[in-house]
Amino acid sequence: MKIQSAETERHVLAVTVDNEPGILAKITGLFTARGYNIDSLTVADISTDHAISRITIVTNGPPQVIDQIEAQLERLVPVHKVTDLTAAGPHVERELALIKVAGTGDKRVEALRVAEIYRANVVDTTTSSFVFELTGTPEKVNSFITLMRELGLVSVGRSGVVGMMRGSGGA
Amino acid sequence: MAQQSGAALLMESLVRQEVEFVFGYPGGAVLPIYDELFGDERIRHILVRHEAGAAHAAEGYARATGKPGVVLVTSGPGATNAVTGIADAFLDSIPMVVITGQVPTGLIGTDAFQEADTVGITRHCTKHNYLIKDPADLVATVEEAFRIATTGRPGPVVIDIPKDVQIAVPSKSRANPNAGAHRYAPQMVAPADQIAEAVDMIANAQKPVFYTGGGVINSGPRASQLLRQFQDLTSAPTTSTLMGLGAFPNTHPDWLGMLGMHGTYEANLAMNQADVMVCIGARFDDRVTGRLDAFSPDSKKIHIDIDRSSINKTVPVDLGIVGDCATVLEQMIAAWGDRAGQDLGEWKARIAGWRARECLAYPERSKANPQAIMPQKAIERLYHLTKDRSPIISTEVGQHQMWAAQYFGFDAPNKWLTSGGLGTMGYGMPAAIGAQLGHPDALVIDIAGEASIQMNIQELGTASQYRLPIKVFILNNEYMGMVRQWQELTYESRYSNSYSDSLPDFVALAEAYGWKGIRIEDEGDLDAGILRMMEHDGPVIVDCCVAKDANCFPMIPSGAAHTEMLLYGDQVEGTMDDEAKALV
Repeated sequence: MKIQSAETERHVLAVTVDNEPGILAKITGLFTARGYNIDSLTVADISTDHAISRITIVTNGPPQVIDQIEAQLERLVPVHKVTDLTAAGPHVERELALIKVAGTGDKRVEALRVAEIYRANVVDTTTSSFVFELTGTPEKVNSFITLMRELGLVSVGRSGVVGMMRGSGGA
Repeated sequence: MAQQSGAALLMESLVRQEVEFVFGYPGGAVLPIYDELFGDERIRHILVRHEAGAAHAAEGYARATGKPGVVLVTSGPGATNAVTGIADAFLDSIPMVVITGQVPTGLIGTDAFQEADTVGITRHCTKHNYLIKDPADLVATVEEAFRIATTGRPGPVVIDIPKDVQIAVPSKSRANPNAGAHRYAPQMVAPADQIAEAVDMIANAQKPVFYTGGGVINSGPRASQLLRQFQDLTSAPTTSTLMGLGAFPNTHPDWLGMLGMHGTYEANLAMNQADVMVCIGARFDDRVTGRLDAFSPDSKKIHIDIDRSSINKTVPVDLGIVGDCATVLEQMIAAWGDRAGQDLGEWKARIAGWRARECLAYPERSKANPQAIMPQKAIERLYHLTKDRSPIISTEVGQHQMWAAQYFGFDAPNKWLTSGGLGTMGYGMPAAIGAQLGHPDALVIDIAGEASIQMNIQELGTASQYRLPIKVFILNNEYMGMVRQWQELTYESRYSNSYSDSLPDFVALAEAYGWKGIRIEDEGDLDAGILRMMEHDGPVIVDCCVAKDANCFPMIPSGAAHTEMLLYGDQVEGTMDDEAKALV
C-alpha cells in the first residue's frame, strides 16, 4: 500500500483578523491540524488602533482543499474576511528580500551591475560586501538570488508574499 | 459599592446567562470561584468524580435540554481531564462553556504547579477560547462565549481564568474591545434563489431521499416539526445519521431507519439509488458515506448546513445552502406552496423490496451460547417496555451503541444522547446524569457495554450524591465487542486484547455505591428484570448477560460501498487488503 497524493495549485489568501493573542497560533495550528500547506505567511497590524491585522498566506493544495481552507479560516471567530486573491482575479504580489553578497574584483562589479538591472538598492556596503534590498514578485526575487549565487551569495532573508487586488475595490 | 472581584463578576455573568447547573470539580486555581459558589443558591454545583465526567454530564444536559452545559474545573490536570469531553462536544456540535482555572498571570509560562497551556491544548477542539488577563474583560467575554457556544453551529468554548484575575477587581471599566456584533454573525437565512432551486429539484425528483442529521436536533424542536411537515408535503423517504435520531419519528411509514456503516439495508440502498438527495444538517461523515467514489453516484445533492465548511468537505454537492435547519425548512415549506410533487409509488415499491430483506432480523440463538440472551432482543424488550414513558437514552460506544440505534425507536428530538463524532467510551453514564438533572421526572437510561461503562464508572458516586434515579443497562458480553467484531472481519479472529478480563461484579459494585443491582442471565427473566429496574425509585445497574459472540449487522465494511453491505448470515471471518485495513 502507498500513501496517496493529489495535484495541487498555488493560491494567495488575504485574511483580515482581530489582532488578539493567539490568533496566529489558531491559524497556523489549523493548517497543521488539518494537513494544509503554508508556503509563506506574513502578518502585521494595519489599523491605527492596532485592532486589525492582515495576514497573507501562500498555500497550495487541490481545489477542494483550497475551498476548505477558506471555509475553515472563516469559521474562526476572530477572522473577519478571507479573500482568495488567486481566484478573485488580477492582483499584485510583492515580496521584499535582503541579500548579502561578498566578493571583490569582477564579481563585485558584476553583482552591482545585476543589482542595477533588477533595481535592487544597496542598503549596506563594505569594501568586500553588499547587502541588497530587492522588492518584487517571488519569481523576480528567485531569479536575482540565482544570479547572486554565482557572485558570492552569503545569506538571504525574505519577507514572504504580501498581496492585494488590483483596481479600486476589493481586498 | 465596593468593586466586585473577578470571581464575583463571573458568578453574576453566569446568573445572567440563566445557568442552572455547573458541573465541576474544585482545585487550587479555582478556589476563589468555589468560594463564590458557596452558599449561592442561584446556581447549583454538581460535584462529579472526575473532570471527564463533568464535561460529559454537561454535554448530556445540553443535548437533552437544548441549553448550554457549563463546566468548572481547575488548572492543569483539571483542564486536561476535561479535554476529551471538550473534543467530544466539538465533533458533535454540543453547546458548552468550560471555565478553567489557571495559575496566576505572573506564573504563566514558568511551569508552575498544576500549570498547563489550556488555551493551547484546547485551541483546536473548541469553537473559540479565551485567556482572561483582567477582570474588566470578564463580563463581555462570558457574554460572547455563551453567544458563540449556542448560536450558529454550536460547540464548546473555553474561558481560562488565572487565579489572580479571580481575586482582583477590574483595573478599569472597559468592555472587551472585540465583543462587537461584527465579528461573529452566523448566516441563518438562505438566499431565496437557492431555496427556489432546491424546491424545484425536490419537486421534480423521481427518487428523492432526505438524509437528516444532528443539525436538525441542534436547531431546536421546531426544526424537527418543520422536517416532518416538509416530509409530509413531499412524502420523501427519510433516513438519519446516528446524531439525528428522533428528529423524524421511527413509526412513520416513510422512515428508512438509520443509514451508514450499521444503517439499514433500505436506507443505504435508497441513498445509493436516489436521484435527488437532500442532506439536512448532516456532514457526509465517513461512517455514513462508505467508499466515497461509490457514494450515491447518480444523485443530485442538496446540502443544508449552518457551517459553510461542512459543504463540499468530503462530498461535492450540486447545491450548498448555508443556513439554520429550521429557518431553511420553513423557507422551503413556504416556497413549496401547494405543489403536488411526483408520484413516488415506483420508488417506494423498490424501497419496500429492500425492506423485505428484513436486515435487522438477527439469529434467534447464538451459536456459541444457545441459551444466552441475544443483545438485540434485550434492546427490543427494553424499548417495548419503556417507550410509553418516552425515555431519554444515552449510550457508551461500541456494539451496544449501534444496537441501541438500530433496535430502540425514537420519535422525538433530544431523547438520544450518544457520542457520534469522537466515539468516546465512558460518555453515557455522565451524560445520563446531566440529562436527569435537566429532566428530573424523565426515565433516563444509559445503554452500556461492560467495557465502556468502566471508563467513567466513578460517576456512580455522583448519581448517588444527587439522588439521581438513572438506570445503567449493561449489555455484558465480556468483550470489547466492536473491537472483537473488527478483529474477526480483518484479522482472522486474533482477539488481541479485546477480552474484558477481571470484570467487577456489577451488582455488588452497584450496591457498594448505594445503587440497586440487578443481574439478568435468562431470557425468561428479561422482561421482569427491566420492569424491576423501572419500578425502582433510584439508580439501578442492570447487568444483562448476553451472547458473547453476537455481532452487529448490517455492516458496510471499511472501504466498501453502500451496495456491499454485510447482512446477518453472511460469511464474515477473514482478512482484508491493506487499503481497507488502513481505514477506521
